Amino acid sequence: MNFDRRRYLERVKERESGSPVFKNCFFAYLFGGGICALGQLLLSLYLFWGLSERDAGTLVTVTLIFLSACLTGIGVFDSIARIAGAGTLVPVTGFANAVVSPALDNKSEGLVTGVGAKIFTVAGPVLLYATLSGALYGVILYVVRLFL
Amino acid sequence: MRKVIRFSDPVSIYARASAVGKTEYDGPLGALFDFHDGTDRFGADTWEKSEESLSLAVLNFALARAGESQDEIDLLFAGDLQNQCVASSSGCGTLGIPYCGLYGACSTSGEGLLLASLALAAAPSLSRAAVVTTSHNAAAERQFRLPLEYGGQRSPTAQWTATAGGAFLLCRSSEPFAPPSAPRIVACLPGRALDSGVTDGANMGAAMAPAAADTILRYFSLTGESPSDFDRIVTGDLGAEGSALLSELLRDNGLDLRGRHRDCGVLLFDPLKADVHAGGSGCGCSASVLSALFLPALERKELRRVLFLATGALMSPSCLLQGESIRGIAPLIVLESGKTGGDK
Amino acid sequence: MLGAPLDYLFAFLVGGLVCLLAQLLIDLTKLTPARILVVYVVLGVFLGAVGLFEPLADFAGCGITVPLIGFGGNVARGVREAVSETGLLGALTGGLSAASGGTAAALCFGYLVALVCHSKPKHP
Repeated sequence: MNFDRRRYLERVKERESGSPVFKNCFFAYLFGGGICALGQLLLSLYLFWGLSERDAGTLVTVTLIFLSACLTGIGVFDSIARIAGAGTLVPVTGFANAVVSPALDNKSEGLVTGVGAKIFTVAGPVLLYATLSGALYGVILYVVRLFL
Repeated sequence: MRKVIRFSDPVSIYARASAVGKTEYDGPLGALFDFHDGTDRFGADTWEKSEESLSLAVLNFALARAGESQDEIDLLFAGDLQNQCVASSSGCGTLGIPYCGLYGACSTSGEGLLLASLALAAAPSLSRAAVVTTSHNAAAERQFRLPLEYGGQRSPTAQWTATAGGAFLLCRSSEPFAPPSAPRIVACLPGRALDSGVTDGANMGAAMAPAAADTILRYFSLTGESPSDFDRIVTGDLGAEGSALLSELLRDNGLDLRGRHRDCGVLLFDPLKADVHAGGSGCGCSASVLSALFLPALERKELRRVLFLATGALMSPSCLLQGESIRGIAPLIVLESGKTGGDK
Repeated sequence: MLGAPLDYLFAFLVGGLVCLLAQLLIDLTKLTPARILVVYVVLGVFLGAVGLFEPLADFAGCGITVPLIGFGGNVARGVREAVSETGLLGALTGGLSAASGGTAAALCFGYLVALVCHSKPKHP
C-alpha cells in the first residue's frame, strides 16, 4: 500500500473540522455565568443571615459542591455537562463532579480499595498543582520578605 | 504467509445470535437483534458482570437456535475489551467448552471467525466451533476512559463503544448436519498491525482506516478480484470519520469501492437520535451487526458475496499517554451465501 | 437586601467569560479538560500571589471565586496569611487549610453519594 504517514496525519487533522465552537461557547458562557450568578445569590443570602464574608464564601462553595454531588449521584450532571461543557467544568461544580464520579463509579470495587483509592483519580491533579504552586508562592514570599 | 487462505471445504456459519443494550436497540437496526436489555445490566449488579452475562446469554441463544448443547461444541474462540478478556472467560467460557481467549480490540469478531475457520480446516477431529465477542459501553468507559458520571464533552471524532454481543456457530460445510443454506466463509486474509501514526485516543476511526485499507488492497492485489465481485464490503467500526478516510486512502491507491462499502459502526446508531458522534465501536458492534443484518441477508440470498473486515484499534491508555501512536488491525473474511435452490 | 443587581450581572458576565475562555481552549487547542483545570487553579494562585485576585474578586464576586481560579486564589491567600503568622512553615500549611472547606465537602459528599447511589449507563 502506498501510505505516507505524515500526509495521512495532515489529512486526519484537516478532517477534524471539530467541535461546534460557537454553540459550545454560548452554552459554556450561559451555564458558567449562571452558576456564578447562583453563587452570588447564595453569597448574598448567607451574608444576609449574618455570616462573615469569609464563612459565607466557603459556604457558597460547599453548597455548590453539595448540589453537584447530588446531581452526579442521580445521574443528571453528565447530561447537563454534555451541553454546558466548560460552563460546568470550570466552576467548583466541575471539581465536585470530578471527585464524586470516580467515587461512585468504583463503589463496586470496595469502600477502601475502590471509592477510597480512586476518589482523586480525576481531581488529583488540581489538588496537587494548587498545593504545589501555593507552597512555591509561600517560599518565594518568605524569601522576599527576608530581604525587605 | 502473505497469501489469501482459501478453504477447499468452506466453513458454514450454521447458527448465530445477537444481543444489544438500550441505545443500540433504539437505533435503526433495533428490531433485527435477537434480544436486548433496556437496562444494559443483563441481570448483573456490576458492569463487568453485565458483560459476562451478555456473553453467556448470546452463546446460549445461538446454541438454542441450533438445537444443540454446549457439549457438542469442540472449541470456543471468544474475546471482549476487558482485561484478560474476563467477560468471555467468566461469561461464555463458563459453559466448559475448550476456550481460546482473543484480544483484537474491536476486530475480535473477525479474528475469531478467521481462527475458528482455520482450526476447523486444519483439524478434522473438530466438528463444531463457536465464536463469541462482546463489548459493554459502561465497562469499557470505566476501563479506558472516565467514570460514567463524569461530566465531559466528547470529541466529534470519538466513537461510542456499543453494548452488544454476537455469537456464531461454525462447522465445515461438508458436515452432514451443516444446513445447505447457511452462509459460508470461503477465504480469509489476516490483518497486519499497522502503525497509523494517530496519537489521539478519541479518533479511533483514523487509527484503524490505514489497516483496513492495507488488508483490502492486499486482498484485491493477491486475488485479482475487484470490488464489483462483491455485493457489500463491510468494515467493523471505522465510524463516519474512519470510513471517509478509508475511501480516501483507497482512492490514493486507485481503488474505488463504488457505493458497496458499509460500516457496522455507522449502521448501528442513528446520528440524529443518538449523539454518538462518529459512530459505534467495540467488539460487539461488528459482531452484532454481522449477525443481525448481513448473515440473514446472505441466508435470504439478498446478498451473495460479502467482504467482511472487522477493524480494531490496538490502544493502550498507558502507552497512549507515553506518546505511542495507535496501531490498527483488520482481519478479512470472504462470506458467500449457501447453496440451496440450485444456484451457484 | 440581597445585594445589588449589578453584583449578579458582573458575576454572570465575568464567570461566563472565564468559562468561555476555557471552552475555547478545549475546542481549539489539544488541551484536555484536566489540563485546563490545572492551568486555571495555578492561574488563581498566581493572581493571588501578584495581588490581582482580591481586586478582581471585589469587582466580579462569585464570577471569580466560584470558578477554579477562586480555589487557587484561596490557596494563595491562605499561604500569605500563614507565612505572615508562622514563617516558612506557612508555605506548607496555608494552602490546604484555606482550601479545606471545598476539598472536605467534595470528599465527604462524594463518599455519601457513593454509598447511596449507583452509576447509571450512559445513553447518548
